[in-house]
Amino acid sequence: MSQSYNRGTVEDFGRWREFTAGMWAWIFHKFTGWVLVGYLFTHIAVLSTSVGVDPASAQAGSDLYTSTLSGLESLLIVRFLEVGLLAVAVFHILNGIRLLMVDLGVGLESQDKSFYASLLLTGAIVVASVPTFLGGKLV
Amino acid sequence: MSTQIEQQETETEADEETEPEVESPGDRRRAQRDERQAQEQAQREVEEETLDDEDTITLKVFRYDPEVEGKQEPRFDDFRVPFHKGMTILDALIYARDHYDSSLTFRHSCRQAVCGSDALFVNGRQRLGCKTQISELEDPVRIEPLPHQEVVKDLVVDMEHFYDQMEAVEPYFDADETPDDKLEEQRQTRENREKVKMSTRCIWCGACMSSCNIAAGDNEYLGPAAINKAYRFAMDEREGENRKQERLRIIEQEHGVWRCQTQFSCTEVCPKDIPLTEHIQELKREAVKNNLKFW
Repeated sequence: MSQSYNRGTVEDFGRWREFTAGMWAWIFHKFTGWVLVGYLFTHIAVLSTSVGVDPASAQAGSDLYTSTLSGLESLLIVRFLEVGLLAVAVFHILNGIRLLMVDLGVGLESQDKSFYASLLLTGAIVVASVPTFLGGKLV
Repeated sequence: MSTQIEQQETETEADEETEPEVESPGDRRRAQRDERQAQEQAQREVEEETLDDEDTITLKVFRYDPEVEGKQEPRFDDFRVPFHKGMTILDALIYARDHYDSSLTFRHSCRQAVCGSDALFVNGRQRLGCKTQISELEDPVRIEPLPHQEVVKDLVVDMEHFYDQMEAVEPYFDADETPDDKLEEQRQTRENREKVKMSTRCIWCGACMSSCNIAAGDNEYLGPAAINKAYRFAMDEREGENRKQERLRIIEQEHGVWRCQTQFSCTEVCPKDIPLTEHIQELKREAVKNNLKFW
């Protein structure tokens, strides 16, 4: 044979019609992992630039740290992002436990069920958290 | 239907070719061929029209052939095939090839899920053609060659890399000590046989390797089938400690078991229901136990 047809990466991905539970779990785990890494750096950047060392204004509640955080909390989008962050973190933790089980060789036959369970549990925890995150008054 | 269009094109091309006044033997042969093709086409149309709409299925089959001018650009051809109870993907393909297009190319041999020749990408998933019931699938059935392997022609992919990976784990029984009497059997305990039983079922069809997207991105990765083969021999107690250490060295290299990210794709698609991920995970633990020293 003189040639063969090499299907490119994009076409390869487009071919997939049926993702199974384990594959979705892997994709979500990667995605949530990257989101958490991104959040970690944002978190460090925001907090490290808003540390004030003036005791007097801290007493009065008007120092840089307090005003930065209450400023962020007053934005509706930030409230929603917090819910999203919780969802991402909870799923990553639960699926992490699932992966630990898989690595230990425990219950590999029910790996798809444990994935669905971690999705459901994530959903339940996130729904339960909504009043806490969105309930407070937007200042 | 795409085949019809293609054949009409060749007809018009051939008409232009036959225009010169002096008819050469080649022209005559081409004219004959065109006539025959037209007849076959007509016959096929008649045959397809007489098929009852109720019990037919439509196959959308990937076509590609670098050596034929009209097929260098990959395309999908439709085939309407009469359905009967118990029909498999392979049966349908054989029908399409025998009745409609003899150039339709695919590998098959035993037709009973033993030879592992006809792993195909059917409706977005790796399946064994001879083991997949058409009644389980949605119409139209989309049949493509295995992803992540180069297509040689139509549904035939180049399996060379897969075989290389299989050979890389030295897939043969090789005991440290063989009995003095050459006729003496090397017996295995029942428990040990049970342990490797599922792993011995591999038919080298390549479905798992094709479904694994780690293997797709890393050509050096041994892949599920090869690791499963390594498992079969590493877990065989008759081989002895030295051989097992050698086998573990192959398994625990950078592109060995550690590349597996437990997506379970291979386990899902394996037509012989081998718990591939479980075996890979067990070898990972074996490798850790082998290297971890607390003193």
